Amino acid sequence: MQLPSTDEIVDDLEFFDDWEERYQYIIDLGKSIPGLSEEQRTPDRLVKGCQSNVWLISGINGGVIEFDVDSDAVIVQGLLALVLAAYNRKTPQQILDFDINGYFEALDLERHITPTRGNGLRAIVGKIQLLAKQAIH
Amino acid sequence: MSLDLQSLRAQFPILSQQVDGKPLVYLDNAATTQKPQAVIDAIVSFYTQCNANVHRGAHHLSDEATRRYEKARDSVARFINASAREEVIWTSGTTEAINLVANGLAFQLKQGDEVMVTEMEHHANLVTWQQACLKSGATLKVVPIHDSGELDMNAFDNLLSANTRLVAIPHVSNALGTVNPIQSLTAKAKQHGALVLIDGAQGIAHGNVDVQSIGCDFYAFSGHKLFGPTGIGVLWGKQSVLQDWPVWQVGGEMISDVTYQSATWGVLPNRLEAGTPNIAGAIGLGAAVDWFTALDMPAVQAHEQQLLQSATEQAEALEGLRIIGTAPNKVGVLSFLLADAHPADVGFILDRQGVAIRTGDNCAQPLMKRFGIPGTARASFSIYNTLEEVDMLFSALKKAKMMLA
Repeated sequence: MQLPSTDEIVDDLEFFDDWEERYQYIIDLGKSIPGLSEEQRTPDRLVKGCQSNVWLISGINGGVIEFDVDSDAVIVQGLLALVLAAYNRKTPQQILDFDINGYFEALDLERHITPTRGNGLRAIVGKIQLLAKQAIH
Repeated sequence: MSLDLQSLRAQFPILSQQVDGKPLVYLDNAATTQKPQAVIDAIVSFYTQCNANVHRGAHHLSDEATRRYEKARDSVARFINASAREEVIWTSGTTEAINLVANGLAFQLKQGDEVMVTEMEHHANLVTWQQACLKSGATLKVVPIHDSGELDMNAFDNLLSANTRLVAIPHVSNALGTVNPIQSLTAKAKQHGALVLIDGAQGIAHGNVDVQSIGCDFYAFSGHKLFGPTGIGVLWGKQSVLQDWPVWQVGGEMISDVTYQSATWGVLPNRLEAGTPNIAGAIGLGAAVDWFTALDMPAVQAHEQQLLQSATEQAEALEGLRIIGTAPNKVGVLSFLLADAHPADVGFILDRQGVAIRTGDNCAQPLMKRFGIPGTARASFSIYNTLEEVDMLFSALKKAKMMLA
């Protein structure tokens, strides 16, 4: 399934007035992305957090970078879907230009990507940005 | 005398705040406890009235700082019934205290020697000994636990031998809440001539720690889990053991005589306390101990048991919830899994409702593996929690269960 754009997500989440609906939306968004098979969840793709684990696969295809992600926690998977909406099938330059902190602030979810959160999300964002940098140089 | 919970809570300024518009329900006390005004005041007073380095100033401020700092040591010594104030060594916390002992033991261990720990260790009381063994060629023995989270006493007896140099046991398990029978375990280890270290990180805040009646050689704990500040902790050790213990960090404060080519060490406690200490931290911890010992301890303990009992009953009644750690003798901790939900998801949804818990491996990865689980959600209670807060935990959990189904 095609993820909504980051602007659409910001609009969608603004529309809800209670947190339960917002979290339900994020969980559903996470369920809409394919995830990874057991065989694809290899240790070298694992980003360990002390609360939950995240796996990331990437590849360059026609000038854009494609990502597949998975998490063992459904809300983290939803947060990853938000990250993917920003980064998936974008050029390295687009990835580097995107203001991910501003985006999470607009979603009122910035505390989930602070370095103190042990959910691996910050590490995934760092990894994606590093891949984009390497693709340019 | 009974516990006036309302006035007790009123002494903790942080507890009256709201999270996302909901009253804070702080149930992460095994990670760190909140601080009463008395502790905050002691730290502020130190910095506003007598900040100076200790033990060496030829002036009023330094004398006053030293007086408060050493008075804190007296408070701790009284609190745990140390036989001498010199037995109280300031460290940065439990982890550093255990490292101090493990570092010294590594010099003494040789091939064929054994160090015993349990399956329920926090990493601080596992990795330390594991590394001391790797360095020295000694063997690490791990005493298994039953599914309930109780230590396997037969295995403990069988693993003890004349080769056992040190037994390291948690007073209370941080992940399971099990209270270990440290007195009888120590007595058994002593029959084989082993040293005994108790990891008291989770035990110290529940009262009645008497190091002399336990009979151990070392008892380690952190200030911040005892209503004191972070960055300060205690290694208590028997004077006869500590006075010759290999020095660990070297430098200022801990020496007697120094030349360019050699140095001799000072006496206890200074010989194990190199460098300028955490003065404000020690004073804060002293204030925490004074505050805690002034409470009606039997009433506090009865209240804590009530909290855990209510939590356990409600947990057992919640379909799909599995309690991890069901030992009959427990304190402070309810670890659990909620149906098929990942603990991190449970934590997110509780957080959104103002309920603060810990989720994850509880710094005990091998223990989680032993139970075949990735981690748990853990609610941990302290003396200022209320039965209403336990109820709020469970109404928040019911919502999480519904949302994550």
